[in-house]
Amino acid sequence: MNILVCIKQIPDMESRFKIDAAGTWYDQADLAWRMNEYDEFAVEQAVQLKEQLGDADLTVLSIGPDRTKEMIKKALAMGADRGVQVADDHSHLHDPHTIASLIATFARQHQFDLIFAGMQSQDRGSAQVGVLVAEMLGIPSLTTLVEFSYTDGTISAKRELEGGARALVSCTAPALVTCQLGLNTPRYPTLPNIMKAKKKELLTIPVGDLNPADPQQKTISMAFPEKRGSGLILEGDASELAERLMRILKEKTTVLV
Amino acid sequence: MKILLVAEYREGKLLGTSAELIEFTVRMDAQAVMFLVGNKQNLPQFDGRLYLADAAQAGEFNPAVHKQLLLEVIAREQPQLIAFPHSSYGWDLAPRVALALDATQFSEVVDVQEGHLIVPVCNAKLQRRMKAETEKTVVTLQAGAFTPTQSISATPEVIDLPVTGAGDIDFQGYEAAAAGGVDLSKAKVIVSAGRGIGKAENLEMVANLAKALKGEYAASRPVVDADWTDHSRQVGTTGQTVAPKLYIACGISGAIQHLAGMKKSDFVIAINTDKDAPIGEVADVLAVCDLKQLIPLLTEKINAQQA
Ligand SMILES: Cc1cc2nc3c(=O)[nH]c(=O)nc-3n(C[C@H](O)[C@H](O)[C@H](O)COP(=O)(O)OP(=O)(O)OC[C@H]3O[C@@H](n4cnc5c(N)ncnc54)[C@H](O)[C@@H]3O)c2cc1C
Repeated sequence: MNILVCIKQIPDMESRFKIDAAGTWYDQADLAWRMNEYDEFAVEQAVQLKEQLGDADLTVLSIGPDRTKEMIKKALAMGADRGVQVADDHSHLHDPHTIASLIATFARQHQFDLIFAGMQSQDRGSAQVGVLVAEMLGIPSLTTLVEFSYTDGTISAKRELEGGARALVSCTAPALVTCQLGLNTPRYPTLPNIMKAKKKELLTIPVGDLNPADPQQKTISMAFPEKRGSGLILEGDASELAERLMRILKEKTTVLV
Repeated sequence: MKILLVAEYREGKLLGTSAELIEFTVRMDAQAVMFLVGNKQNLPQFDGRLYLADAAQAGEFNPAVHKQLLLEVIAREQPQLIAFPHSSYGWDLAPRVALALDATQFSEVVDVQEGHLIVPVCNAKLQRRMKAETEKTVVTLQAGAFTPTQSISATPEVIDLPVTGAGDIDFQGYEAAAAGGVDLSKAKVIVSAGRGIGKAENLEMVANLAKALKGEYAASRPVVDADWTDHSRQVGTTGQTVAPKLYIACGISGAIQHLAGMKKSDFVIAINTDKDAPIGEVADVLAVCDLKQLIPLLTEKINAQQA
């Protein structure tokens, strides 16, 4: 069984963001980078499937600049067999359709039985790429999964709905699934596995080799949202803040009487 | 401009999102037609043409078939824009339709400014103003972003859509959210723990503060996903919706899916080390501080006062 997992590197969401010189994206300098949270569930699910099947080959793919390799190594340490970096310094400027076109080109060359992706990325959050890849390949896709199982070519899964209800769905491979938070418990790479991962194959493919589709949309500008809340911001040491919060609780709420 | 609105239907019921779709067309100053896989007995309040396919035939969840039906309506009506709710139904179906139409898609649109669509980036810390370079555009709308200003009372002109073809996904039905546990809707005070608590043991600190205030403790999703507490305590779109007199968010960043579950609270205090955390948008007070230091001190003061 041939498995692909699509992963993305994103900045720490607790960062202080700045807008770049072009005014259309966040400045990439001085940020801490990590694996998109949703993709951690995708990697974990794929590794669990490989463990279940024994005979499976697991490729992780990411599109991005050189720093992307660090994150790919984490996926290798989690249990993927091979990493592929589609080298692209401008990946952050591509729309979801272009990104999907690159993955689809790669997937066509390798005939995967199952493709895993996160349901969305934490920075762009389009929730489009996985579904687009599947549609480009003409295979079924199941999205927003919180439960996954695979037996004899059939995927049985639960999609999460609003309010925490679930839809029970199934389809046959080849297929693509997108992973929601809480699908499993992503493992932490152990030191021996981090060492092993260093010896695993990590290929780099220039983005131009994968026929990127032309852009379909443009960012006119990026901005900080206008502050709508008129909230008070309290700063200081903890005991001073506790004092001030007490006063606020007494004056602004009725919970202390 | 003409917009095709895609209404939602689940477990035999029309979902409330169609009113927000209509409000979007008002904001876009556009004409609207509507599409629904649903049921004649349960029509949306809408003054216009409604293309209706029977859910009993098409299946409530059957994206390949719903896509085909939508493409037929689009061929007939030639809308420039197709709008879905950004929901489990909408974000699943929209890209399928967009690709078939060679249309670009903007996801989770939160606003219209000078005719341009605005989408959030990085947990809404940033936003982008977008421009489509395709003939048609597909959008999904963030829940709550286009709250109707007036209620509509109208009966649509129904046009029946025959259903043909089968899908590539087998849908076997629904499983309800786990029942039981705490009923947060009755609590006057809720103290909620987010991933910022760092580890399961620190949940006790949050529970103690809740106890001091005679309230309940709750949690954001990662705390539930990590099994630090059970799902009945989760606040947000896939958990409970609450509106207590006081909501204290401890180490919660304020993702839209969390805000949707608590923004109607009377008074919100957030404790967060990140001064820019989006929870600040709905908080009356944001205390920028390590919760591990502040919560015990605050709890102590409240207990002393209540004694
Ligand atoms: C379809 C869908 C449905 C979802 N449904 C829900 C839902 O129902 N409920 C829900 O909550 N989420 C839901 N989510 C997830 C949501 O998008 C966020 O991922 C989640 O709310 C983040 O939880 P958090 O704020 O606790 O964690 P994070 O976003 O990781 O934030 C942690 C916060 O803690 C702060 N912090 C860290 N350390 C400290 C410290 N020592 N002291 C003080 N502050 C600290 C950080 O600055 C940060 O702001 C859903 C997502 C999707 C896609």
